[in-house]
Amino acid sequence: MYMTLDLSKAKKLIESYSGKKGILIPLLQDIQKEYGYVPNEVVKLIAKAFDMYPSKIYGVLTFYTQFYTTPRGKHTIKVCQGTACHVMGGKALLDYISDKLEIDDGETTHDGLFSLERVACLGCCGMAPVIMVDEDFYGGCDFKRIDLILQRYKETEDN
Amino acid sequence: MTSRIQVCAGTSGVSAGADDVATSFKKQLKEQNLDTKFTVVETGDRGLFRDVLVDIIFEDGTKTIYERVTENDVKKIVDSHLKQGEPVKKLLVGKDYEQFFKDQKRIVLQNCGEIDPKNIDEYLEREGYTAASKALKMKPEEIVEVMKESGLRGRGGAGFPTGLKWQFCQKAKSDQKYLICNADEGDPGAFMDRSILEGDPHAVIEGMIIGAYAIGATEGYVYCRAEYPLALKILRHAIKQAEENGYLGNNIFNSDFSFHLHVKEGAGAFVCGEETALMASIEGKRGMPHPRPPYPANEGLWGKPTNINNVETFANVRHIILRGANWFSDIGYKKSKGTKVFALAGKVKNTGLVEVPMGMSIKDLIYGPGGGMKQKKIVFKAVQLGGPSGGCLPESLIDTPIDYESINETGAIMGSGGMVVMDQRSCMVDIAKFFLGFTVAESCGKCVPCRIGLKRMHEVLEKITDGKGTMEHLEFLKEMSQTVIDTALCGLGNTAPNPVLTTIKYFEDEYLSHIKEDSCPAHVCTPLVDFVVNESKCIKCGVCYNACPADAIEWKKKETARINQEKCIKCKSCITECPVMAIS
Repeated sequence: MYMTLDLSKAKKLIESYSGKKGILIPLLQDIQKEYGYVPNEVVKLIAKAFDMYPSKIYGVLTFYTQFYTTPRGKHTIKVCQGTACHVMGGKALLDYISDKLEIDDGETTHDGLFSLERVACLGCCGMAPVIMVDEDFYGGCDFKRIDLILQRYKETEDN
Repeated sequence: MTSRIQVCAGTSGVSAGADDVATSFKKQLKEQNLDTKFTVVETGDRGLFRDVLVDIIFEDGTKTIYERVTENDVKKIVDSHLKQGEPVKKLLVGKDYEQFFKDQKRIVLQNCGEIDPKNIDEYLEREGYTAASKALKMKPEEIVEVMKESGLRGRGGAGFPTGLKWQFCQKAKSDQKYLICNADEGDPGAFMDRSILEGDPHAVIEGMIIGAYAIGATEGYVYCRAEYPLALKILRHAIKQAEENGYLGNNIFNSDFSFHLHVKEGAGAFVCGEETALMASIEGKRGMPHPRPPYPANEGLWGKPTNINNVETFANVRHIILRGANWFSDIGYKKSKGTKVFALAGKVKNTGLVEVPMGMSIKDLIYGPGGGMKQKKIVFKAVQLGGPSGGCLPESLIDTPIDYESINETGAIMGSGGMVVMDQRSCMVDIAKFFLGFTVAESCGKCVPCRIGLKRMHEVLEKITDGKGTMEHLEFLKEMSQTVIDTALCGLGNTAPNPVLTTIKYFEDEYLSHIKEDSCPAHVCTPLVDFVVNESKCIKCGVCYNACPADAIEWKKKETARINQEKCIKCKSCITECPVMAIS
């Protein structure tokens, strides 16, 4: 599937940051909010606008786990692998979701609905094991609860 | 004043449905024409994780606390309690709640779960911004002296005296200085900074105003991780309110001092909790640390003098200014003053945030506020302190008092205050491997010992948990740990071997079981374990049969379950679900 990228929004965002310092990370965050990832074309635009090498921008993009250089699924599932979650079975949850959706950490399902990520700690250790779908937290997860959560997102999509 | 309904709606509360509960209360009150008598307030989390906590506070001050409230309970509470004065008994908090708070001393957390963080007036009613107003009438040098006398030390982990840090930055000469609040809480197992920002954001802002005035900074940043969307939202709102009230911006508190506060979202890198890496990240670069000196107090953000403190540290400041250095230094123990917030998690009855005076023993914390082990039949094995930079302590050391020096002596560190309690089902070799896996993934790669040394150590730990370990591996781990500690560039590398060293020191027999007997006593390292059903214990209930995702369990009604080893994926669902612990 090939789509032409609408670069006008990126251009506007880049303009809004001109003349400020320490802008690269917030700008990339805004770009990602807009496009869901940071497209190659936009990296080139930023490099040109701020007189940087694209390699410097890629250096930053690949350093931080938050940034993606490829399109993401509609919903991102983050499975916490923090200490408390590890002790309470977080690894088994990750494997279970990975098997169920047939994707590995960092991949996106064929229908484009889910992306899966392992994350270090979501900071909700009191309710371990925890997963986060987009910006919603789900604590005290077991396989049954995972089934229900995934089902709910699929159903919303079908309707 | 109207009566008040408080719903604890921090991240923990919201995940359990607090927003729905609050909406439902508002709807019910409106429908029943009670909305002029009761106000619904959404507070931050109070610390105890009990799904949704709700307080009903009548005008006369009588307060009733409910736990595990769901949307469906709201009508019952309104009909029975609000209208007829009959509390709904089955939802009332029990003894656990009382025990959780009894031995705590809440200074930093005193407003969390008690005020509406989105309403500055509620903070003002509780002495809010009076400390900043007082401080701005003092000389900066006086403030630094008070901080030094108080004995407050950095709550982010290392425990450096805050007053001294401020003094270095105050003495540095420059046209521009910066103050940064480190809210990049990346330690797996710690969540106090998030809760403070969500529950009492103005306390952090007020601490920063005082700090900025003391060191002479006119620009400030809160560097908060992007994984905390609610904290970021509440913080931004609070900053806006403080600006509108003249507490932030130009000529604050009608003085000639100006302080502008900005929020920077982290982008997901644990190493950015290290101060020099954090500053690189604010500057828009890869978050890599640089060697010190130069120290940030002389050359920090954009080459200017900069002071960085952690969220909990800043939240302490206003209390010290208001009540004095002696009041603060009277609390605590030896060289560690005041209180410390711990994030208690794992196999204890009460999980959540606990604030206790320094000097309390680990045991009193776990068996006091923590309420002891989660179930009677599970046995305490170890407590992990300080996350990936910390260590695992065995039962023989749980009388250790909580202060920076005593904890350092054990080989663990106070760290940011993560405390995870483990039982006999946790394997210490696996835990060491887990933490090292974390630091390997988060190492920025700048220095060799951390980038390569930790990786080699992790590979060796994998061999041991796969049953391919040798005694030489154990020696290698000890030697390499020391090399990394001595030579890594920043705190991440310097402390990364701690989990390995402490587990070898206190649980060497477990390493030996893996190496010499090819067995994992905790049944965690799956290559070394076959799961079997203990026939004498099995009650033939079939729970495991239903729990198994791989159809590996054979079971019929009134028959003992059996595990088909070929199909078993060793996910441990059956072990977790079995009501009588018959599978091991």
